[in-house]
Amino acid sequence: MAMSQTKPATAKGAAPAADIAVSVRNVSKNYDDVQALKDLSLDFPRGELTSLLGPSGCGKTTLLKIIAGLLPQSAGQIEVDGKTVTGPGPDRAFVFQDFALLPWANVLRNVAFGLELRGVAKSEREAIAEKYIREVGLAGFEKSFPHQLSGGMRQRVGLARALSVDAQVLLLDEPFSAVDEQTRRKFQEDLLALVANEQKTFIFVTHSIEEAVYVSDQIAILLPRPSRVSEIIRPSSFRNKGVDNIRRDPEYLDIVDQIWASLRSYVE
Amino acid sequence: MILFGRRLPAMSSLLIWAALWEVIGRLDLTFFVPPVSAVFATLFQLIQTVAFQNALSTTAYAFVLGVFFAIVIGIPVGILMGKTRILDELLLPWVNIFLSAPLTALVPVLMVLFGFGTKTIVITTALFAIWIIILNARAGVMQINRSLVEMGRSFGASPLQAFFKIYFWAALPEILGGVRIGFIRAVKGVIIGQLLVSIVGFGALFELYSSNFLMEEFWAVLIVLFTLAFSISEFLGYLERKFSYYAASR
Ligand SMILES: Nc1ncnc2c1ncn2[C@@H]1O[C@H](COP(=O)(O)OP(=O)(O)OP(=O)(O)O)[C@@H](O)[C@H]1O
Ligand SMILES: [Mg+2]
Repeated sequence: MAMSQTKPATAKGAAPAADIAVSVRNVSKNYDDVQALKDLSLDFPRGELTSLLGPSGCGKTTLLKIIAGLLPQSAGQIEVDGKTVTGPGPDRAFVFQDFALLPWANVLRNVAFGLELRGVAKSEREAIAEKYIREVGLAGFEKSFPHQLSGGMRQRVGLARALSVDAQVLLLDEPFSAVDEQTRRKFQEDLLALVANEQKTFIFVTHSIEEAVYVSDQIAILLPRPSRVSEIIRPSSFRNKGVDNIRRDPEYLDIVDQIWASLRSYVE
Repeated sequence: MILFGRRLPAMSSLLIWAALWEVIGRLDLTFFVPPVSAVFATLFQLIQTVAFQNALSTTAYAFVLGVFFAIVIGIPVGILMGKTRILDELLLPWVNIFLSAPLTALVPVLMVLFGFGTKTIVITTALFAIWIIILNARAGVMQINRSLVEMGRSFGASPLQAFFKIYFWAALPEILGGVRIGFIRAVKGVIIGQLLVSIVGFGALFELYSSNFLMEEFWAVLIVLFTLAFSISEFLGYLERKFSYYAASR
């Protein structure tokens, strides 16, 4: 293609050390006799979205849950803002693949639930929740219950709940896998806007190469068990070309091909 | 029930049985079955007597107390068993044994331990109800979605918060089912207690009427008891349905 051009890699080169929000150092994880992660190290720059991409069963969820403090690692350590992680903390919020909403609570209470657990007064937490319900586009559904919402709307509730606790790091485990393709595309655009506006660090697990390349500042490719990072890709040129043009950008297409080339040998 | 394409109100099958009962009663086949009309006539006289009202309040007192203890002990124990592996392995065999044990045979032991008064009747009632309440609460907690538990942890829920804000509600449909069956068993428990421990309340009435072959009175008290148990059970069933909308989506 004639219009293809190389962009200077410095536009978003390796971030300086001071700006690392989450740092994973030599982490291993054994489940009984299965070694899921082996000596995995990875840095997550502040304010950026990093995708974890890899074949099924390679340990993406395991890594995310270790960062969240929901699972203990077998070796190595995790640092968030330079502090070692020993369990869940208010600096991290999780968005669950299956939404994990309270079926007996309406949208407002679900979104405010993280704050409720922290003992924030009712009027205050509901004001905050309402703000994020509007932000994710669910205004008017405050009094609805999860079973009255579509999958896409439920995931927005999960997202609003994670946003409303104002954690610095958002952990998303295949958040869009249960929604239809159109909703998914809308979500991806919204996610880009969110990363731009919220100044938060996003760690995003996905199965979809296209999705990873579309939304990520940095993509970490994980190899199958025992898993470690095989490659880190930092798309540099198409991010500021506007959401509508990304999928046609030559670099976007090249990166998708490149990732597929390195992953295809594991998909049999 | 649907008859000739028309939906009949609930319980209308009872009318058929009542009619059959009336016929058999009129035929005078056995003293054991007086006509149902006579039973109801007796019932209306009976419920106005002081003896009946005393029996009702004595029985209700023991029943309510017994069920109360079964619920406030049974639900937390069941939830904790569902939550904690060790506790579950420790207690489950006992719960299963007592669930199927002939508890009536235990009543004499209880009498030795707790005396011949209301206390023993209350304990008997609670013992009849509690095991199914425990088992159901446990089952409700065990099927809770793992990620709901992880959600609570990741947002910093304390154990107490997790218990009251997540586990209890997640298990509520099953808990209500257990309480409903527990109520029915408790009716059995309170009457058996009153028959065996000290002859008071409805137990005393049953004893009095059956040993004197006063079948009309006997059936009248039985109908009262059935009606009470049935209404409680229906009410709890209604609550259960009200909360089961989310049972599928946990
Ligand atoms: N609780 C567990 N006990 C034993 N083995 C486990 C457990 N959880 C995960 N594993 C194993 O660890 C490996 C990594 O699992 P993990 O769920 O992290 O993979 P994943 O990359 O998220 O997969 P997917 O893309 O399918 O979600 C898998 O091989 C799995 O079998
Ligand atoms: Mg996974």
